[in-house]
Amino acid sequence: MAKRKMKENIIRKTAARLSIPFIQLYALYVIAHGELGPGGGFQGGVILGASVILFILAYGMEEGVNRVKQWKTDVLNSVGVLLYGGIGILCLFLGGKYLQYNVLPVSDPKLASQLGIIGIEIGVGITVAAIMITLFIETARRDEK
Amino acid sequence: MIAHFPILVIVVVLLAAPIVPLVGRKNWVFGWYVATGATLLSFLMSLSLLNTVLTDGRISYWLGNWEPPFGIEYVYDPLNAFVLVLVSFLAFMVAVYARKSLEAELQPDRLTPFYSMYMLFVAGLMGMVATGDLFNVYVFLEITSLAGYCLIAVGQKREALMASFTYLILGTIAATFVLLGIGYLYMATGTLNMADLAQRLPDLYQSKVVLTAFAFFTVGLSIKIALFPLHNWLPNAYTYAPSVTSTIMAATATKVGAYALIRVMFTVFQPDFEVTVVHVTQVLIFVSSVAILAGSIIAVAQTDIRKMLAYSSIGQIGYITLGIALMNEIAMTGSVVHILNHALMKGSLFLVVGAIVYKTGITHINDFIGLGKKMPVTMAAFTIAALSMIGVPLTVGFVSKWYLAIGSLDAGMWYLIPVILLSSLLTAVYFWRVIDNIYFKKPEKENADEQTPPGISEAPALMLVPTFALAALCVVFGIFASVPVSIAEKAAVMLLR
Repeated sequence: MAKRKMKENIIRKTAARLSIPFIQLYALYVIAHGELGPGGGFQGGVILGASVILFILAYGMEEGVNRVKQWKTDVLNSVGVLLYGGIGILCLFLGGKYLQYNVLPVSDPKLASQLGIIGIEIGVGITVAAIMITLFIETARRDEK
Repeated sequence: MIAHFPILVIVVVLLAAPIVPLVGRKNWVFGWYVATGATLLSFLMSLSLLNTVLTDGRISYWLGNWEPPFGIEYVYDPLNAFVLVLVSFLAFMVAVYARKSLEAELQPDRLTPFYSMYMLFVAGLMGMVATGDLFNVYVFLEITSLAGYCLIAVGQKREALMASFTYLILGTIAATFVLLGIGYLYMATGTLNMADLAQRLPDLYQSKVVLTAFAFFTVGLSIKIALFPLHNWLPNAYTYAPSVTSTIMAATATKVGAYALIRVMFTVFQPDFEVTVVHVTQVLIFVSSVAILAGSIIAVAQTDIRKMLAYSSIGQIGYITLGIALMNEIAMTGSVVHILNHALMKGSLFLVVGAIVYKTGITHINDFIGLGKKMPVTMAAFTIAALSMIGVPLTVGFVSKWYLAIGSLDAGMWYLIPVILLSSLLTAVYFWRVIDNIYFKKPEKENADEQTPPGISEAPALMLVPTFALAALCVVFGIFASVPVSIAEKAAVMLLR
């Protein structure tokens, strides 16, 4: 009974469908804006993860885990960290110290620093978002098991 | 690339943590390969670092090429290069051992996450050792603690969850204390770099803020190293965790905590602060003596081998803090050497227990009767490590006790000698109960022997080799003691200058 009600709840679904794209766009803005203003990878990642959690809340766990497969979040958990560490290692190969972004092969060292920071912010964002989703799904599904 | 070893030694292990779940998705064995390979690489790099430090002196590595004290700096000197080699070596040995042991002790779907957590745990410990930035110490402390809670909680018995939770609460209190200490120091000086703090603090030694910070550091780190009245989390954590977890925690985690205590007391604060301002040494000598005796006495009363070893660890931590508190070069040498020695001895003992659990599932000392015949090599390793714990000459245990005893005489505290002797006797008592059961007692029922198949039933080679290697090193470094002692002496001179 409760399940059918959930499926029929058109207001909740529509509200979620309308707001999720804007939440995600805002998340991307916060991530990309991190090196210049307030915000950054962690905050943006949390917002990005929250948008997916909102989707699962509105559409139900079944539909949610269908869209967000577990192997995808598992892989993304690792990919974000590897992106961060990979940029650090890349700097070593380009002749700098670990995480010394200004050696990245771009015309201007200032721009290189900026791009390096955006790169690691994206890495942080990916991992934080994936971890948020994983935590939510794992705790919410405990009752079903 | 050698110029980047100071950072790579940690990054290799840290990045192995996310790689393990990727490659181990289908089969955990690949995760094991990555974990073992990463720890081996890290061990080789830390050896190279130790070599460089001993020949060329201090190494300073600037992360992102930001000049300290503004940027984070990794600093290697004889003390932490020595501890780093120890941690990475044991991490490698335990990783080799883990393959068979964990396969038997954990559900298959928990193996890959375990190796990932294990990598994080080791990376956190190594980071704490390597960094020259106080806030970085806290970050790595949290990494290693959080991974540690997971490593304990995966134990098979339900008590593992409770043990992990107790450790979580106490560990968080400890970490918060350390963070508060860092915060107060930052408030007083405006810097987080250890070398910079060492320069700025002497002017502020009378400041209440700095005194409070020091109190937070000592109490917080004392919880982390399980110094006697603050040891409550340790026995259950070691008893109910998987054998691999108990080994790596007993062998390295408390040692790194002791290292951090030394760093805070003698690098961030200078030795004369402890002597002239806070008089912490008298308190620490008293608490250490109580820890040495209490740990040994409680260990005598234990019937579960892992509980016995855990309480024995609490006693042994007392030796390390005693050497720190005596504040002279000989005792400090003993203390630093004991960090290595106890790691080898206790590591070997816990690996033996893991092998016994793997083969028989026994942890009760009274059930050990006849194991000497069934597992002669494993039991030989146990005997060597036990003799070393007692402090028999030609083993590492003798070396550190010798230095501590001479150090206490040097400090004019002859009354510490009976403490060390009495604790050695108690150690002999509780290990003798085990060895007596292993070799000399006859099984009560005749058919008890027939139940086990005839012939030798040893643990697999992958478990046997690390166990015996650690036990063998107890003798090697007992005979050629000058190798670790010379490094420890350099560290002691550097710390107390």
